[in-house]
Amino acid sequence: MFDLVSFIPRAVMQGIPLLYGSTGEILTEKSGNLNLGIPGVMYVGGICGVIGSFFYEQSTPAAEMNAFLAIGIPMVCSLLGSLLMGLLYCLLTVTLRANQNVTGLALTTFGVGVGNFFGGSLIKLTGSEVPSIALSATSGYFSKSLPFADDLGWFGKVFLSYGFLAYLAVIIAIISSYVLKRTRTGLQLRAVGESPATADAAGINVSRYKYVATCVGSMIAGLGGLYYVMDYASGVWSNNAFGDRGWLAIALVIFTIWRPSVSILASILFGGFYILYLYIPSGLDLSVKELYKMIPYVVTLVVLIVVSMRKKREDQPPASLGLPYFREDR
Amino acid sequence: MNKRQSRFYISKRTDLPWYAAWGIRGAAILLALIACAVVTMLMTGENPISIYVTIYEGAFGTARRTWITAQDLAILLGISLAVTPAFKMRFWNIGAEGQVLIGGLATTACMICLADKLSNSMVILCMIVASIAAGALWGFLPAFFKAKWNTNETLFTLMMNYIATQLAAYYIIVWEVPKGAGKIGIINQSTEIGWLPQIGNQYLLTIIVVAVLTGAMYIYLSKSKHGYEIAVVGESQRTASYAGIKVERVIIRTMVLSGAICGLMGLLLVGGINHTLTTTVVDSRGFTAVMVSWLAKFNPIAMIFTSLLLVVLSRGASEISSNFGLNHSFSDILTGIILFFIIGCEFFITYKINLRKSAEKEA
Repeated sequence: MFDLVSFIPRAVMQGIPLLYGSTGEILTEKSGNLNLGIPGVMYVGGICGVIGSFFYEQSTPAAEMNAFLAIGIPMVCSLLGSLLMGLLYCLLTVTLRANQNVTGLALTTFGVGVGNFFGGSLIKLTGSEVPSIALSATSGYFSKSLPFADDLGWFGKVFLSYGFLAYLAVIIAIISSYVLKRTRTGLQLRAVGESPATADAAGINVSRYKYVATCVGSMIAGLGGLYYVMDYASGVWSNNAFGDRGWLAIALVIFTIWRPSVSILASILFGGFYILYLYIPSGLDLSVKELYKMIPYVVTLVVLIVVSMRKKREDQPPASLGLPYFREDR
Repeated sequence: MNKRQSRFYISKRTDLPWYAAWGIRGAAILLALIACAVVTMLMTGENPISIYVTIYEGAFGTARRTWITAQDLAILLGISLAVTPAFKMRFWNIGAEGQVLIGGLATTACMICLADKLSNSMVILCMIVASIAAGALWGFLPAFFKAKWNTNETLFTLMMNYIATQLAAYYIIVWEVPKGAGKIGIINQSTEIGWLPQIGNQYLLTIIVVAVLTGAMYIYLSKSKHGYEIAVVGESQRTASYAGIKVERVIIRTMVLSGAICGLMGLLLVGGINHTLTTTVVDSRGFTAVMVSWLAKFNPIAMIFTSLLLVVLSRGASEISSNFGLNHSFSDILTGIILFFIIGCEFFITYKINLRKSAEKEA
């Protein structure tokens, strides 16, 4: 029997980092920036949170920790780290008009390197005497679920058993969706992504929109890394554990055809795909599980192809996605 | 846009002599190396000169290290050459990772399944054909959809990477030795069937193949009709079709070529160097190749230097991290820093920053 009540919470927990990543990337792509650095940004978001709380836990014994600081310090560090990554990307692609693909890939190399380097060397660098980075006290604050979740049976387990960052992800996705669809700012942002020259002529500050959208997008994506370490992985950083989730988040952007609201359910679906192999009885044949892990990518590919074949206008990527904008080039 | 006029304005350069362009790039690399030294200094407390001595030692310290550096250089250069024709056509193939891996997988399949059926030379022949065909197929799919329906190739090739990774992961478990080990181990260790022949030493074959490839790619891109068509399609698809170039055909043909060379690199990696297959055998070089190719402005000869820079740096950085007991991802950080500087400096080659005042005088 397929155990939905245990499957769904696990799918959701897999899905939340993807939701953060894809919401951030959608905002970024709507401004015409194809930020392939998102995997790197998510690593940096995660490790900066880890560094922040590592120092806090080292300086304060667990009993005296203040819930507000225990959550606040990693959050601020994570946001700052991913903001810096976003700024770097914008500086290179918007101000210096560099190629977005190359910059993004360099950012991913750099970000993953930063994550693994500090993850692997933090203890050595600070000369502390702990065997591994296990921020269980901080993680306890992050993964604290709603107090009455346990009393509500399956309902509590499926809907209420997550840490606050999970709900924050959903809220951010809904807000982003609203901003993109219903507000003037969103309209102007989409205009920048579709045709920066037209937007410019209409008096919209193209560079500013690109900067703000990309930086905010990076910060959101960075929270995905933070959620992964602090909540999903219970505060234990292990190198490369985050894996290819960043790329999966980019896949999710296509899968949801650039809609953050769709992404809420789609990310859970992808999260489900990601762990489906644990639930499908494949007997002793472990190899089939590897094929199940392929599903999210194949599905994304099919969506990408179908969308491009149908040529429906509202389903297309932003028209100037990946192209630099230089006013004098017109 | 702004009510206040900004003090600077930017215009496109038209006539920057090549030595000035390379001067700017050289300065950027120099700055990047200084930045790298500062970062390393902060991490290790070592002085910059000894850091660069360590990097040099790590890359060229012994004859064996030099050979391995040369071999790494050859593999990275080979993959960069593979992606170049597609990039020249403005086809953003970031799927080299998967194309190399699938070539390696095809090689492995031949080595394992044909070992006791055919003679050694026939197995090697099958490996060559299979790896090139597999890589070509992985290149053909995104190109076909791009040509027919304008499907976004960046995202398409990205997805193909993971499909290749999972396929490889699947077959690694199918073929694992011993059962339950989760890895294949050295294939045909006793018989050495399907091992590419050694020329001189174990490193030279790869280097020779890639050296030939570099020359061939240079001629193909700059002297052949195909190369010209690729350049025209890259500049403007409309111009190309007005000039009677069949754009769809050029796109598909070029990507098949690109994938085929990636497949060949997979053959070299599995059949010539590792004699085994892991899902990480390509080690992100498919992505690094994108940057190598772009930094060299798609010039195969310049690519020798850009890949040399990155390979030396990464081997040197792993030497530093071993010496200081730090994590090996340190090299990724240094690579990232170098790339940011070079990417940034392209702006100063393409554009000129003018002061507003002087412009008014001219007007």
